[in-house]
Amino acid sequence: MILDLKKLKLRYVNEKLQNIDRKKNKRDFVISNPEGNHAICAGLTENIDVTIKGHVGYYCGGMNQNANIIVDGNVGTGVAENMMSGKVHVKGNASQSAGATAHGGTLIIDGDASSRCGISMKGIDIIVKGSVGHMSAFMAQSGNLVVCGDAGEALGDSLYETDIYVKGRVKSLGADCEEKKMSKKHKTKLKELLKKAGSNIKPEHFKRYGSARKLYNFNIDNVSNY
Amino acid sequence: MCGIVGIYLKSKKFEKSLGGMLSKMLVSMESRGPDSAGFAIYNSDKNKIYKYSVCLNEMSFEKFKKEIKKKVKFTTIEKNSDHVILKSIEKPNEILPILEDFSTISLVGYGKSIEIFKQVGKPSNVVKKFNLGNFSGTHAIGHTRMATESAITTDGSHPYSTGEDECLVHNGSLSNHNNLRRKLKKSGSKFSSDNDTEVAAGYISDSLKKRNLKQTLNKGLNDLDGFYTFIAGTHSGFAVLRDEIACKPAVIAETKDYVAISSEFQAMAHLPNVNNAKIFEPEPGIVYSWGK
Repeated sequence: MILDLKKLKLRYVNEKLQNIDRKKNKRDFVISNPEGNHAICAGLTENIDVTIKGHVGYYCGGMNQNANIIVDGNVGTGVAENMMSGKVHVKGNASQSAGATAHGGTLIIDGDASSRCGISMKGIDIIVKGSVGHMSAFMAQSGNLVVCGDAGEALGDSLYETDIYVKGRVKSLGADCEEKKMSKKHKTKLKELLKKAGSNIKPEHFKRYGSARKLYNFNIDNVSNY
Repeated sequence: MCGIVGIYLKSKKFEKSLGGMLSKMLVSMESRGPDSAGFAIYNSDKNKIYKYSVCLNEMSFEKFKKEIKKKVKFTTIEKNSDHVILKSIEKPNEILPILEDFSTISLVGYGKSIEIFKQVGKPSNVVKKFNLGNFSGTHAIGHTRMATESAITTDGSHPYSTGEDECLVHNGSLSNHNNLRRKLKKSGSKFSSDNDTEVAAGYISDSLKKRNLKQTLNKGLNDLDGFYTFIAGTHSGFAVLRDEIACKPAVIAETKDYVAISSEFQAMAHLPNVNNAKIFEPEPGIVYSWGK
């Protein structure tokens, strides 16, 4: 079913996708002419497939549960923010704060993501095939961030228990983030994540970064690290 | 919040539709800035005529026309709503003091190619009021304002022009503008509002006396403290700069015919062939420039 945002109101389209009739079999949707609108496909709860043909604005697929959303274009700030489950696949580039605070599900970005990718992530898996900007995985709590390109300044600043895998160059590590040993367990996990994103890069090419666990609680001796 | 937009034409193809393109961009940024709007449009006259953009405020056009004609022989005076464009071969050092003598009007810009119009109200009303859709030109910059640190007035609206054919629009806020204003005043700069962006515009004009635009903006990274995405225009093009934290958004679309920049992609969604454009975000702390 094609939903043309040039003809239909965004609110109508979102309401339709948020209130899927479970008795019916209609589970495939295409949104055309998104024209940079904000909050497209926010708050979906059912296991449906939505393909958005074009560039979208802020908070696309926000709070997603179960839905499988493909964006055939670029996305603005906060794609898949606070996602709980399901999958969002961006074929272009993403703006800042991609996957912010998301608890679950998978976010795949074929291009680059800009600053603060995975900020405060709480369990989501994010796979970026390009590079990420500064302060990515800032205060990230759990889940995985995989970067096939380079990472900008202050990667993983004030990190908790997220695993970060980067193939390229890391401009600098943030406070309390350090390189970690890549064990067999991590390689297996990374391989599985890369496979999900359709990438066959070998896990051996990546380095793993994680928390040094010194800043979990405020300690006056660490004040210079904050 | 605020919305900023700009178009630089790489070919002559869209020169006649530049005003129409910018108009739609400004209207779609209304949600980011409903308090006032303004735009600078560059259209170089090949002759040596200067254009002075003036907002009449409370003064009537007839009264202004009568009084200015006593003092200067202008070639033309064009009225556009509550703004006028004075065209004259007289140089700015002759004309600016004369215009300053009028206490009620505001000089909003001057130069050989720039024309500036700005006013309070919804962007959709402002562009209609000045018939922006009818303008042609080589490049243009616009702004929709959500007022924060200074009043909603014409003087508080963007773009700010503090030098010949120069202008600046800004999304963000500066924290060291009071100190910087004092410094710049000491070295001869003049300011007409309490606005932070006007200080940044003055800073750029002051620096352009010694440096080019790219060098000026690179120096600004150290001297201007705060949040910003700037578009700075000159007679030949414009430059874009985001502060190093980069909280304030910007997206650029480039085709073989034009470069467009806006706070959000939706402002560019109507531009010709935009879906095949190269679309990217300007990286923090890097100066991007088009034209000379």
